[in-house]
Amino acid sequence: MMFAAATIGLVVAMALALIRAYAGPTLYDRILAVNAFGTKTVLMIAVLGFLMGRPEFLDIALLYALINFIGTIAVLKFFRYGDLGRAGGRAEDEEGI
Amino acid sequence: MIEALLDGLSWALLMGGCFFIVTGGVGLLRLPGVYARMHATGVLDTLGAGLFLGGLMVQGGLSMVTAKLFLILVFILFTSPTATYALANALYGAGVRPVGRDGRQCETVDRRGESSKP
Repeated sequence: MMFAAATIGLVVAMALALIRAYAGPTLYDRILAVNAFGTKTVLMIAVLGFLMGRPEFLDIALLYALINFIGTIAVLKFFRYGDLGRAGGRAEDEEGI
Repeated sequence: MIEALLDGLSWALLMGGCFFIVTGGVGLLRLPGVYARMHATGVLDTLGAGLFLGGLMVQGGLSMVTAKLFLILVFILFTSPTATYALANALYGAGVRPVGRDGRQCETVDRRGESSKP
């Protein structure tokens, strides 16, 4: 029962984040919303594992947390430098990004 | 007796986590400007995730499940502020400045410490 209630709360918050990701005026709004959505997805997977009585889902949640963080950083780096393989420098050294 | 106590503690933690996460979602939807949205969701998601995973840990008991939940919690505590900081840094580097409630830009202090009013 408590897991179902927690799942409902998470679904509401995920819907709000999705609306912001769809409506966000700038690119950064969307990245922020997707990052928040990913955090909530981790919690959702964990609580669904308890709800269905299969705690093995926690491994997937751990993996999703890793991928969510790396994905956010990768998207930010790609939009800043236009290249994922480039070594990052200090922002002050860059001319006309 | 002890079971009911643990269940109550788990309820309280899960509902507290849900409250903070939904509040962060509302802030993400309603606040003006990217920086304000970032502060709403970046702070409240970390706290909400901590409470949420704490509630699940109480249900897991002393087992491998709790260890995995603890790992997820530590990882979220490290990565969520880092991702928010990276986003704010990229935002500032791209020239976006905070805006007030009426949509105009606030007075900002740039990296050299000089105050400027656009």
